[in-house]
Amino acid sequence: MGTLTIGCFPGLVGSMAYDFSLKLAEAAVDKGHKVNIWFSGNATGSVKANQKHLKDYSTGEKYIKTLLEKGVEICTCEACTVARGVKKDEGIEGVQWNAMHWYLAKIHGSDRVLQIGGE
Amino acid sequence: MGDVKLSFVVHKPQYKGETSRLAITHAIAYQTVEILLDDGDTVTPTLCFIGEGVLGFDKDQKAMDLYGITSTEAHLKNCLLVDLNVMMCKEDMEKYGISEDVLPDADEMGADMKVQVVPYAEIEKTMEEAQHVLFF
Repeated sequence: MGTLTIGCFPGLVGSMAYDFSLKLAEAAVDKGHKVNIWFSGNATGSVKANQKHLKDYSTGEKYIKTLLEKGVEICTCEACTVARGVKKDEGIEGVQWNAMHWYLAKIHGSDRVLQIGGE
Repeated sequence: MGDVKLSFVVHKPQYKGETSRLAITHAIAYQTVEILLDDGDTVTPTLCFIGEGVLGFDKDQKAMDLYGITSTEAHLKNCLLVDLNVMMCKEDMEKYGISEDVLPDADEMGADMKVQVVPYAEIEKTMEEAQHVLFF
Protein backbone atom coordinates (compact mmCIF):
# COMPACT_ATOMS: atom_id res chain seq x y z
CA MET A 1 0.00 0.00 0.00
CA GLY A 2 1.14 3.53 -0.70
CA THR A 3 1.17 6.89 0.94
CA LEU A 4 -0.98 9.68 -0.47
CA THR A 5 -0.68 13.29 0.59
CA ILE A 6 -3.43 15.72 -0.36
CA GLY A 7 -2.91 19.46 -0.27
CA CYS A 8 -6.38 20.92 0.13
CA PHE A 9 -6.70 24.66 -0.53
CA PRO A 10 -10.35 25.44 -1.46
CA GLY A 11 -12.84 26.82 1.01
CA LEU A 12 -15.35 24.61 2.78
CA VAL A 13 -18.30 26.48 1.33
CA GLY A 14 -18.52 27.53 -2.29
CA SER A 15 -16.49 24.80 -3.94
CA MET A 16 -17.10 21.09 -4.22
CA ALA A 17 -13.34 20.61 -4.54
CA TYR A 18 -13.13 20.57 -0.74
CA ASP A 19 -15.72 17.80 -0.50
CA PHE A 20 -13.94 15.91 -3.26
CA SER A 21 -10.64 16.07 -1.37
CA LEU A 22 -12.09 14.55 1.77
CA LYS A 23 -14.09 11.90 -0.04
CA LEU A 24 -11.03 10.92 -2.03
CA ALA A 25 -9.03 10.68 1.18
CA GLU A 26 -11.64 8.36 2.68
CA ALA A 27 -11.68 6.16 -0.42
CA ALA A 28 -7.90 5.86 -0.28
CA VAL A 29 -7.72 5.07 3.43
CA ASP A 30 -10.52 2.52 3.07
CA LYS A 31 -8.37 0.75 0.49
CA GLY A 32 -5.56 0.54 3.03
CA HIS A 33 -3.40 3.45 1.93
CA LYS A 34 -1.77 5.85 4.35
CA VAL A 35 -3.25 9.32 3.79
CA ASN A 36 -2.14 12.78 4.91
CA ILE A 37 -4.15 15.96 4.39
CA TRP A 38 -2.73 19.47 4.49
CA PHE A 39 -5.18 22.36 4.77
CA SER A 40 -4.02 25.73 3.53
CA GLY A 41 -5.68 28.92 2.31
CA ASN A 42 -9.45 28.99 2.66
CA ALA A 43 -9.58 25.29 3.54
CA THR A 44 -8.21 26.14 6.98
CA GLY A 45 -11.53 27.68 7.98
CA SER A 46 -12.94 24.17 8.00
CA VAL A 47 -11.05 23.06 11.11
CA LYS A 48 -13.26 25.09 13.44
CA ALA A 49 -15.27 22.87 15.74
CA ASN A 50 -19.02 22.99 16.29
CA GLN A 51 -19.99 23.53 12.66
CA LYS A 52 -23.71 23.44 12.10
CA HIS A 53 -24.50 21.16 9.19
CA LEU A 54 -27.14 22.92 7.14
CA LYS A 55 -28.18 20.81 4.19
CA ASP A 56 -27.47 23.56 1.68
CA TYR A 57 -23.81 23.76 2.71
CA SER A 58 -20.91 21.35 2.85
CA THR A 59 -19.70 20.31 6.26
CA GLY A 60 -16.10 19.62 7.10
CA GLU A 61 -16.32 18.60 10.73
CA LYS A 62 -18.19 15.33 10.28
CA TYR A 63 -15.81 14.10 7.57
CA ILE A 64 -12.70 15.34 9.33
CA LYS A 65 -13.62 13.42 12.48
CA THR A 66 -14.33 10.27 10.48
CA LEU A 67 -11.00 10.54 8.69
CA LEU A 68 -9.12 11.11 11.94
CA GLU A 69 -10.76 8.00 13.40
CA LYS A 70 -9.56 6.05 10.35
CA GLY A 71 -5.97 7.14 10.94
CA VAL A 72 -5.66 9.95 8.41
CA GLU A 73 -3.23 12.61 9.54
CA ILE A 74 -4.73 16.07 9.09
CA CYS A 75 -2.82 19.27 9.60
CA THR A 76 -3.86 22.88 9.15
CA CYS A 77 -1.58 25.77 8.27
CA GLU A 78 -1.40 27.71 11.50
CA ALA A 79 -0.79 31.08 9.85
CA CYS A 80 -3.69 30.66 7.41
CA THR A 81 -5.97 29.50 10.23
CA VAL A 82 -5.31 32.24 12.76
CA ALA A 83 -5.54 34.80 9.93
CA ARG A 84 -9.16 33.66 9.60
CA GLY A 85 -9.85 34.20 13.28
CA VAL A 86 -9.87 30.55 14.29
CA LYS A 87 -8.03 29.90 17.53
CA LYS A 88 -6.32 26.63 18.34
CA ASP A 89 -8.64 25.87 21.25
CA GLU A 90 -11.63 26.31 18.94
CA GLY A 91 -10.34 23.72 16.48
CA ILE A 92 -11.51 20.16 15.90
CA GLU A 93 -9.69 17.84 18.27
CA GLY A 94 -7.06 15.71 16.59
CA VAL A 95 -6.28 18.13 13.77
CA GLN A 96 -2.62 19.14 13.91
CA TRP A 97 -1.49 22.76 13.60
CA ASN A 98 1.85 23.39 11.97
CA ALA A 99 3.74 25.39 9.36
CA MET A 100 4.14 24.76 5.63
CA HIS A 101 7.17 22.56 6.12
CA TRP A 102 4.80 19.89 7.53
CA TYR A 103 3.31 19.58 4.04
CA LEU A 104 6.71 19.38 2.36
CA ALA A 105 7.86 16.75 4.84
CA LYS A 106 4.79 14.62 4.17
CA ILE A 107 5.31 15.05 0.43
CA HIS A 108 8.87 13.81 0.88
CA GLY A 109 7.57 10.50 2.19
CA SER A 110 4.68 10.12 -0.24
CA ASP A 111 4.22 7.94 -3.27
CA ARG A 112 1.61 10.29 -4.70
CA VAL A 113 0.68 13.92 -4.06
CA LEU A 114 -2.54 15.62 -5.07
CA GLN A 115 -2.59 19.37 -4.91
CA ILE A 116 -6.25 20.43 -4.87
CA GLY A 117 -6.10 24.12 -5.69
CA GLY A 118 -8.16 26.86 -4.16
CA GLU A 119 -9.75 30.02 -5.42
CA MET B 1 15.14 8.56 0.68
CA GLY B 2 17.55 11.42 -0.02
CA ASP B 3 16.55 14.43 -2.00
CA VAL B 4 13.03 14.86 -3.39
CA LYS B 5 12.64 17.36 -6.21
CA LEU B 6 9.40 19.30 -6.34
CA SER B 7 8.13 21.55 -9.07
CA PHE B 8 5.77 24.34 -7.98
CA VAL B 9 3.97 25.55 -11.08
CA VAL B 10 2.02 28.78 -10.70
CA HIS B 11 -0.44 29.74 -13.43
CA LYS B 12 -2.59 32.24 -11.53
CA PRO B 13 -1.58 35.89 -11.27
CA GLN B 14 -0.32 37.35 -8.03
CA TYR B 15 -2.83 39.37 -5.97
CA LYS B 16 -5.87 37.98 -7.78
CA GLY B 17 -6.14 35.07 -5.41
CA GLU B 18 -4.35 33.60 -2.44
CA THR B 19 -2.97 30.41 -3.89
CA SER B 20 -0.44 32.02 -6.22
CA ARG B 21 1.19 33.59 -3.16
CA LEU B 22 0.86 30.39 -1.14
CA ALA B 23 2.90 28.64 -3.81
CA ILE B 24 5.78 30.97 -3.02
CA THR B 25 5.55 30.64 0.75
CA HIS B 26 5.22 26.86 0.55
CA ALA B 27 8.31 26.68 -1.65
CA ILE B 28 10.28 28.87 0.75
CA ALA B 29 9.37 26.44 3.55
CA TYR B 30 11.92 24.01 2.11
CA GLN B 31 14.39 25.92 4.25
CA THR B 32 13.00 24.47 7.45
CA VAL B 33 11.62 21.11 6.35
CA GLU B 34 14.74 19.25 7.46
CA ILE B 35 13.67 19.53 11.11
CA LEU B 36 10.90 17.08 10.25
CA LEU B 37 12.98 14.76 8.04
CA ASP B 38 15.59 12.09 8.73
CA ASP B 39 19.27 12.94 8.44
CA GLY B 40 20.31 13.27 4.82
CA ASP B 41 16.79 13.80 3.53
CA THR B 42 16.08 17.06 1.72
CA VAL B 43 13.46 18.73 -0.44
CA THR B 44 14.51 20.80 -3.45
CA PRO B 45 11.74 22.91 -4.93
CA THR B 46 11.75 24.83 -8.18
CA LEU B 47 9.26 27.65 -8.49
CA CYS B 48 7.94 28.06 -12.03
CA PHE B 49 5.62 30.81 -13.24
CA ILE B 50 3.69 30.23 -16.44
CA GLY B 51 0.67 31.77 -18.18
CA GLU B 52 -0.93 34.50 -16.07
CA GLY B 53 1.39 33.40 -13.27
CA VAL B 54 4.08 35.69 -14.69
CA LEU B 55 1.96 38.73 -13.77
CA GLY B 56 2.47 40.81 -10.65
CA PHE B 57 6.21 40.80 -10.05
CA ASP B 58 7.24 44.30 -11.10
CA LYS B 59 9.81 46.24 -9.09
CA ASP B 60 8.93 49.01 -6.65
CA GLN B 61 5.61 47.62 -5.47
CA LYS B 62 3.75 49.50 -2.74
CA ALA B 63 1.57 46.70 -1.39
CA MET B 64 2.61 47.36 2.19
CA ASP B 65 1.92 51.08 1.91
CA LEU B 66 -1.42 50.71 0.18
CA TYR B 67 -2.83 47.46 1.50
CA GLY B 68 -0.72 46.62 4.55
CA ILE B 69 0.43 43.33 3.08
CA THR B 70 3.80 42.04 1.99
CA SER B 71 4.36 42.57 -1.72
CA THR B 72 5.04 39.72 -4.11
CA GLU B 73 8.23 41.60 -4.92
CA ALA B 74 9.36 41.05 -1.32
CA HIS B 75 8.38 37.39 -1.50
CA LEU B 76 10.32 36.95 -4.71
CA LYS B 77 13.38 38.54 -3.14
CA ASN B 78 13.08 36.18 -0.17
CA CYS B 79 13.04 33.26 -2.60
CA LEU B 80 16.30 34.42 -4.14
CA LEU B 81 17.81 35.04 -0.73
CA VAL B 82 17.19 31.43 0.32
CA ASP B 83 18.65 30.13 -2.96
CA LEU B 84 15.38 28.99 -4.42
CA ASN B 85 15.39 28.29 -8.14
CA VAL B 86 12.83 30.66 -9.71
CA MET B 87 11.85 30.38 -13.38
CA MET B 88 9.60 32.62 -15.45
CA CYS B 89 8.27 31.44 -18.77
CA LYS B 90 9.89 33.49 -21.52
CA GLU B 91 7.06 33.04 -24.03
CA ASP B 92 4.39 34.09 -21.54
CA MET B 93 6.38 37.16 -20.48
CA GLU B 94 6.63 38.14 -24.13
CA LYS B 95 2.92 37.51 -24.57
CA TYR B 96 2.11 40.00 -21.81
CA GLY B 97 4.80 42.44 -22.90
CA ILE B 98 6.83 42.08 -19.73
CA SER B 99 10.48 42.92 -19.98
CA GLU B 100 13.10 41.06 -17.94
CA ASP B 101 14.26 44.47 -16.71
CA VAL B 102 11.16 44.95 -14.55
CA LEU B 103 11.79 41.80 -12.55
CA PRO B 104 13.25 42.42 -9.10
CA ASP B 105 16.51 40.98 -7.86
CA ALA B 106 17.82 40.67 -4.34
CA ASP B 107 21.35 41.86 -4.97
CA GLU B 108 21.13 44.46 -2.21
CA MET B 109 20.26 41.66 0.24
CA GLY B 110 23.29 39.66 -0.84
CA ALA B 111 21.48 36.99 -2.83
CA ASP B 112 23.45 34.96 -5.32
CA MET B 113 20.40 33.75 -7.20
CA LYS B 114 18.50 35.60 -9.90
CA VAL B 115 15.13 35.01 -11.49
CA GLN B 116 15.66 32.95 -14.63
CA VAL B 117 13.59 33.75 -17.69
CA VAL B 118 13.54 30.51 -19.63
CA PRO B 119 11.69 28.94 -22.55
CA TYR B 120 8.68 26.83 -21.60
CA ALA B 121 10.56 23.73 -22.73
CA GLU B 122 12.95 24.20 -19.83
CA ILE B 123 10.09 24.49 -17.34
CA GLU B 124 8.60 21.34 -18.79
CA LYS B 125 11.94 19.58 -18.31
CA THR B 126 11.95 20.68 -14.67
CA MET B 127 8.49 19.20 -14.22
CA GLU B 128 9.58 15.93 -15.80
CA GLU B 129 12.57 15.69 -13.49
CA ALA B 130 10.53 16.40 -10.36
CA GLN B 131 9.10 13.59 -8.27
CA HIS B 132 5.98 15.65 -7.63
CA VAL B 133 4.45 18.62 -9.47
CA LEU B 134 2.25 20.97 -7.48
CA PHE B 135 0.00 23.12 -9.61
CA PHE B 136 -1.17 26.42 -8.12
